[in-house]
Amino acid sequence: MYRYIVNRVLLVVPTLVGAAALVFVLMRLIPGDICMVRLGSGGTSVDPRALAVCHAELGLDRPLVLQFLDFAWGFFRLDFGISMWSGKPVAEEIAARLPISLEIAVMATVVAILIAIPLGTISALWQNSWIDHVVRTVAIAGIATPSFWLGIVSIMVVLDVSHALFGAAWMPPIDYVPFWQDPLRNLSMVILPALTVGYRYSAVTMRMTRSAMLEVLREDYIRTARAKGLAERLIINRHALKNALLPVVTLIGIEFAFLIGGLVVTEQVFNLNGVGRLFVLAVQNQDYTLTQALVMLTVAVFVFANLVVDLLYGWLDPRIRYG
Amino acid sequence: MVDLARPYTPTAADAVAESPRSWRAGIIGFCRRQPLGTVGLALVLVMAVAGLSAEWIAPYSPTSNDFAVMTEPPSWAHIMGTDQFGRDLFSRIVFGARTALIVGFSCAIVGGVAGLVLGVASAYFGGRIDLILQRVMDVVMAFPLIIMALAVIAIFGSGVYNVIVAITIPLIPRCARVVRSSALAIREVPYIDAARACGFGHARIILRHMVPNVLAPFLIMLTAFVGQAILAEASLSYLGLGVQEPTAAWGLMLQGGAEEYASTAPWIAVFPGIAITLTVFGFSLFGDALRDAIDPKLRDR
Repeated sequence: MYRYIVNRVLLVVPTLVGAAALVFVLMRLIPGDICMVRLGSGGTSVDPRALAVCHAELGLDRPLVLQFLDFAWGFFRLDFGISMWSGKPVAEEIAARLPISLEIAVMATVVAILIAIPLGTISALWQNSWIDHVVRTVAIAGIATPSFWLGIVSIMVVLDVSHALFGAAWMPPIDYVPFWQDPLRNLSMVILPALTVGYRYSAVTMRMTRSAMLEVLREDYIRTARAKGLAERLIINRHALKNALLPVVTLIGIEFAFLIGGLVVTEQVFNLNGVGRLFVLAVQNQDYTLTQALVMLTVAVFVFANLVVDLLYGWLDPRIRYG
Repeated sequence: MVDLARPYTPTAADAVAESPRSWRAGIIGFCRRQPLGTVGLALVLVMAVAGLSAEWIAPYSPTSNDFAVMTEPPSWAHIMGTDQFGRDLFSRIVFGARTALIVGFSCAIVGGVAGLVLGVASAYFGGRIDLILQRVMDVVMAFPLIIMALAVIAIFGSGVYNVIVAITIPLIPRCARVVRSSALAIREVPYIDAARACGFGHARIILRHMVPNVLAPFLIMLTAFVGQAILAEASLSYLGLGVQEPTAAWGLMLQGGAEEYASTAPWIAVFPGIAITLTVFGFSLFGDALRDAIDPKLRDR
């Protein structure tokens, strides 16, 4: 068991190093650099001396290997350096935009779990009944609907309904207020994005819950439990659901990591100033430090979500004993 | 008697028909048992026909502007209305089906085949090669799709082919993972040992003996990939990182005008979204039904 944990944790290292190398190379393959973006506004030719000064200032004139080692060492110490575009510390730039993105992600996850697990279970228990067909159709529709389109449509509906009811069109607020300062305003801003993202998320989870339940319900130990006359409710809650949740937990963990990437589109639709927006901006400005930090952050969340899920397996399912 | 050189390869048709009946009987059986899957298949076919014969179906050119009819609501002349440039939305949606078809199928096929080969090779060789390949897959899986796309577009420029590249890369590891786990089981089967004992080369064992046996899960995944690729293309185009104007693409149709005219001309936003949803819906329903039909574990008892 301990050997497995140590091995599993060590596997994180090559992934992080690989991702660091990939983002480092990709960013530098993009033609031009931040100094060109800064100095060359309007397509005029850039003064080579000013360019050299700018490069020296940002340390871009140093050998690439040194630049990479610097970046890797900084990541190791959790020091991401200074944004090349704004000149502010990268950590500060991210921290300013993280709360709203994180809030949407967490709320979407809660929405997803609340919808998905009961519906997925019901759908599996009454396989091929009309209720199963309805749940599956809703779930597949959730996967098929682009969340940005759902966002556009939900804004349209809110506009029309508020106009019809109150005579004035209501729009969700755009500037972020922390929940503890003004809960109502905060929620009115976050609820629509959380629902549109959460619907898709719940659809994926619902399907997983259904198929996992279907498989578990056919296991011998369920038949045994039924044969000894255990109440159906207990069979489902204690025997079936607990084992079926294993792949569902995996999925929730992995999807949560994907959410951060998916927020780019959602934030665009709802005009929110979150991490997703920052991502696009950082790449467009060719802000190496900021992009690298953001990518490493996303990759780290993904990698650690996977790690936690793998380790949770041993806890949720005692049958798995890591050799 | 089992012929060692030609292993029995179950196909979708076999699994559906369960006996060497005709294809037609298999398809009829599939439709009867999988009503939702049939709906999905129908949606896919409608989209495919629209995409393949767009020139004959679309009443107008998808790119010609008619400034006399800007943001017109749906009417007999323009059954889905017109956009802010006076272009016929129905024609653009029909031509958008072609873009979606090209992107969806190329991404799924290229990504799927690359994943198939890598996954089977990883399982077959095992050891160090497996370890290294899996770590590379880990990196690609963990890397955010949107950054990959942004970088690919920034390096190579925008356009349909670069969008395909950007969407295909992240599909490869997902396919390789699934294929590898099924291939790992197959590697232990005696006929692989037999093939090795016959002195066949690696390429022959992989292509002739292992690949055919993982085709069932692979084909199911491929249908799902088409839908996912169409969705990804729509998202990228919506962000302005995908297909560029004046090409007709559904995601692109939702960009800009759709939001600006949301309250005065909602049809601009509604119809392309429905087109995306129905198409991806069709592919998912069909893929699901295929899986249920093939996987005996999930069949109703």
